Amino acid sequence: MVEKREIILGENEPYVINMGPQHPSTHGVLRFELSLKGETVFKVVPHCGYIHRGIEKMCESNTYQQIIHLTDRMDYLSAHPNNEAVSLCVEKALGIEVPERVKVIRTILSELGRLASHQLWWCAFGMDLGALTTFFYGLRDREKILDIFEESFGSRLLHSYICPGGLMNDVHPNFKQRIKDFIPYFRKKLPEYDQLLSGNVIFKERSRGIGMLSLEDAISYGVTGPSGRGSGFSCDIRKSQPYSAYDRVDFKEILFTEGDTYARYRVRIAEMWESMKILEQLVDQIPDGDYTAKMKPIIKLPEGEYYQSVETARGELGVYIVSKGDKFPVRVKFRTPNFSNLFAINHMAVGHKIADLVAISGSLDLVIPDIDR
Amino acid sequence: METFDHNALQETLSAMMPGAVFNTNPQFVEAVVPANDLHKFALELKMNSKTQFDYLVCQTGLDKNEELSVVFHLRSTKLNHSCVLKVITSDRINPEFDSVFDIWKSAEFFEREIFDLLGIKFKNHPDLRRLFLEDDFVGYPLRKDFVDNINIVQ
Repeated sequence: MVEKREIILGENEPYVINMGPQHPSTHGVLRFELSLKGETVFKVVPHCGYIHRGIEKMCESNTYQQIIHLTDRMDYLSAHPNNEAVSLCVEKALGIEVPERVKVIRTILSELGRLASHQLWWCAFGMDLGALTTFFYGLRDREKILDIFEESFGSRLLHSYICPGGLMNDVHPNFKQRIKDFIPYFRKKLPEYDQLLSGNVIFKERSRGIGMLSLEDAISYGVTGPSGRGSGFSCDIRKSQPYSAYDRVDFKEILFTEGDTYARYRVRIAEMWESMKILEQLVDQIPDGDYTAKMKPIIKLPEGEYYQSVETARGELGVYIVSKGDKFPVRVKFRTPNFSNLFAINHMAVGHKIADLVAISGSLDLVIPDIDR
Repeated sequence: METFDHNALQETLSAMMPGAVFNTNPQFVEAVVPANDLHKFALELKMNSKTQFDYLVCQTGLDKNEELSVVFHLRSTKLNHSCVLKVITSDRINPEFDSVFDIWKSAEFFEREIFDLLGIKFKNHPDLRRLFLEDDFVGYPLRKDFVDNINIVQ
């Protein structure tokens, strides 16, 4: 005798669905395995590796100049700091002092890259929350920065411009004037960002108190960059271990202590103002001189282990090189900011709705190739 | 700016960790600790008020042909100093260390990555699966003796 029963899915046990890997709000090929009850998230398990290219393995059979080109492909939205991290690490191992001109230009490029990256984050974050207009406003301004990049070194996304010893070639003669034109332009446009999103009631309701991350958890998970500073974690490498020209510029480390999505949002908006402040201080002080130090065509690092951190737009990028005195490294490890930031998401999203998970992952500013490497 | 006395930190560490061997490293204070004491020492490094290493910056595995090792880069957010911790094993067939995921939460995923790419196992890890590669992938690609004839990564 067959007994008739009615089973309602998700009534007693969690209902498991996949978000991604081809989901627009995961910003790349990342899959979240969500355990749901109704619309409430009970567990988030991130599955990575869809864009794993084995960059660390490839580094073991490439020279240090070639590695530069691989680092672009990790965090493609802030390619300059990635290049700079490897270059600084190699220069530190060789004991090379780069010319002053290089230091200043590197800092300017890093800040321009940070601006461009935060602008794109702002576009995409608005879109994650259903505000399509932000996309057009953000890309409009980002285009100006990409034009500066394109004029000087021919590429808009994957620059490979900073290399061990200095820069690939000298900047374009218009470089200085273009930045001088851009800063007053963006100073006028950035308040529009606040008008559109920051003060919006719907936006505030969607982001305040969502995805709480306490200071202890931020440190323990290693959440760095603007995401960590939204929880009050003072983790800015530019302040704690200054490199290039950051020791001679005056800027504030933006800290918010709320630890929610809105705090992480406000850190990034405030960082854009600080980046412009740094640019203004440096753009008139580019010294004349060589764009590269004298380097041998084949770089052989002395035997030993070297570590260098830089602050990218998303947090602390660490490069760990182990050398045996050969032209190829024995091991290269990239401690990428997104890797550590991503895995705090289970802690942050539990108890919220699926739509809030999208807001949280948007506020972490994930770039998936940076996680998978 | 990191301005702390390397020698003073090394003295503190050697008093806290009997059996640790200190390597010369111009950048960090670097200690090689016995594998059996790893979890005990790691907990001590985080909890002791003199060290307070509360931030695990980077945890990675190394293959130097004859030995496998795991390297920890630690930093204290309160005292602004950093150190490097290493554990080494010569067992290439079944290398195993203690997991430190209960001390630093970020270690859970660093350890999954090390297991995935170097085949080093971690005792008491809650979810030791491959992170990047497929579950049925054979071999550990970051090992020096790894040969893959199909996907030549060079």
